[in-house]
Amino acid sequence: MTEESPEIYAPQANLPAMPADVPLLRIEGVSKSFGNFRAVDRLSLDIAAGEFFALLGPSGCGKTTLLRMLAGFETADGGRILLGGRDIAPVLPHERPVNMMFQNYALFPHLDVRDNIAFGLKRAGLPRADIDSRVAEMVALVKLEGMEKRKPDQLSGGQKQRVALARSLARRPKILLLDEPLAALDRKLRESTQLELMELQRRLGMTFIVVTHDQEEAMTMANRIGVMNGGRLEQVASPRDLYEAPQSRWVAEFVGDVNLFDGEVASREHSRITVSTSGGAALAVAEPRNVSVGTAVSVAIRPEKVKLSRRGPGSDAVSSQLINRLEGEVTDVSYLGGLTVYKVKLDSGAVVRSSIANTVRLDRDTYSVGQRVVAWFTPDDCVVLQR
Amino acid sequence: MSARRIFAQPARYAAIAPYLWMVLFFLLPFGFVLKISLSQTAIAQPPYVPLFDLTEGWEAVKAAFAQLSLDNFRLLVSDNLYISSYLRSLFVAVTSTLILLVIGYPIAYGMARLPRRWQPVAMMLVIVPFWTSFLIRIYAWINILQHDGLLNKILLALHLVSTPVVWLSTDSAMYIGIVYSYLPFMILPLYATLARMDASLLEAASDLGSSPRQAFWLVTFPLSLPGVGAGALLCFIPIVGEFVIPDLLAGSGSMMIGQTLWLEFFTNKDWPVASAAAIALLVLLVPPLLLYDRLQRRTLGAAG
Repeated sequence: MTEESPEIYAPQANLPAMPADVPLLRIEGVSKSFGNFRAVDRLSLDIAAGEFFALLGPSGCGKTTLLRMLAGFETADGGRILLGGRDIAPVLPHERPVNMMFQNYALFPHLDVRDNIAFGLKRAGLPRADIDSRVAEMVALVKLEGMEKRKPDQLSGGQKQRVALARSLARRPKILLLDEPLAALDRKLRESTQLELMELQRRLGMTFIVVTHDQEEAMTMANRIGVMNGGRLEQVASPRDLYEAPQSRWVAEFVGDVNLFDGEVASREHSRITVSTSGGAALAVAEPRNVSVGTAVSVAIRPEKVKLSRRGPGSDAVSSQLINRLEGEVTDVSYLGGLTVYKVKLDSGAVVRSSIANTVRLDRDTYSVGQRVVAWFTPDDCVVLQR
Repeated sequence: MSARRIFAQPARYAAIAPYLWMVLFFLLPFGFVLKISLSQTAIAQPPYVPLFDLTEGWEAVKAAFAQLSLDNFRLLVSDNLYISSYLRSLFVAVTSTLILLVIGYPIAYGMARLPRRWQPVAMMLVIVPFWTSFLIRIYAWINILQHDGLLNKILLALHLVSTPVVWLSTDSAMYIGIVYSYLPFMILPLYATLARMDASLLEAASDLGSSPRQAFWLVTFPLSLPGVGAGALLCFIPIVGEFVIPDLLAGSGSMMIGQTLWLEFFTNKDWPVASAAAIALLVLLVPPLLLYDRLQRRTLGAAG
């Protein structure tokens, strides 16, 4: 059935045959201002067909504006948006081969589930039989069988979300735009829906662009994440690289939790540098880039990579490696179930956070407030960020 | 004691206020009118019999009750004058309401799409005419519509007509007056519905392939129907009983029920028949009033 019903966005009609190296979507130096406020600032980005791309950022960073420009609800002040190599600026929203799932779902309150899903198909002038089969297919896809005759106000939040998803998928867009698709769901439902969205995207092979302020959501679902701040892309990377190799202090702080030590490069030897921190410590850091001595930098280390011990690592295997040891006193212990977060006030005055997985049920080897400990981490676990 | 307790009691009694109001200012007078409608006309002060005289005891009141009759209502259905006035009232009200809808909808729609900060200004402009007396505004229309009035001058100047058109004392003049007077009552509920509508619904419609025109007819208009209903009934109900505008602007050929009422009451001094006509009018308006109430409830329910 899927193969038989006609395509609304026929590949030939909307996307001319294109060379393999042209990405599905190319955003070239796009800007958008509202009055004096620059929502999107000369932003460029390529997104390939079949990607699950997340635009991540705090509110007001311009991610929704960018999404709305892709849908055609906002017009770019400058730059170009190319879909399959063709500029879509002159294409009106209702003629673009992209569909959007709205944050508040924007379901038509006067139409039932079936008519909501069929809305876009009817506008495309599909034959009745095709509409019926496509609606049935969509209803099954989002597991809403038996709900076809309900009005939106008779649905739960999760069901509304599914109708909105089915409605935006029904036209089989080249790109599905999702604006905070899970923001209105409660936590448990959000987690299961994340997995369903990923599964759906893989199965349909469709390109998804999701806007979210929730980094966990972005990390879970997307293959690639663009972190936005102040209308610009701070970094575009895989979830892993974003977390393990942030390119800026801002990204390091926005994505996950991080300890930062400000200082300057004191010496350099092969691919290792020594940073003398403002607290007076000398940190050994692995740094393959050529950073000249005297450069002001920040050393970033994730809390789960900071270990604690009573005396400091001894003489065994790890001793062959240069290890950063910082002595201090535990000031706060937060037990979070899967892990425990310790705050350690270093003798230099800085506070470092260490999160330790609770791998044993009856762990007597914990630290208590007031206890003196050594916080230690390896040079390889540190990231050097330019200031 | 908690403060909430202290305030809870008056709050409970406050609910009685509207009922008290209804009894004092609607049910009681309605009872009087009903009583008069069942009485007979008489040359007296007040001009009808019987009167209840409670001083003469229970028997006298019983005798008075026995004299009440439905004769006046029989007259209403047997005399063409009343039936034709009712029909004319209904016709005028339906026609005016349709014209009001056609004119009011685009205005309300335009207002709802203005930038946010201009909307209160537009609303002021709609309400501003209420600052002058209704009668003065109708007299102003007489001025505009008369033989050498503003309207004819403009039409002549634009060469749209070669001789002055007779406007006054025609149905056209009456419709102009009614539409002009009731337009705010049509615009405001429509505007309220349209302004409250979620803009993302139109974006969704557009996203799903609707042209702006399709989006209007498939989304905006169906969702504004409660406002259409409220506005239409808010105009229709009082227009049915309208008396001043047809009296001042329309010809003397046929009368609306309000005019007939006035005639019976003041010229013929037949209070009982006038009361019967008033009661019949009220009964006639009960179904649309109930409909209005239901629409209001549904709108409130949808908003809540």
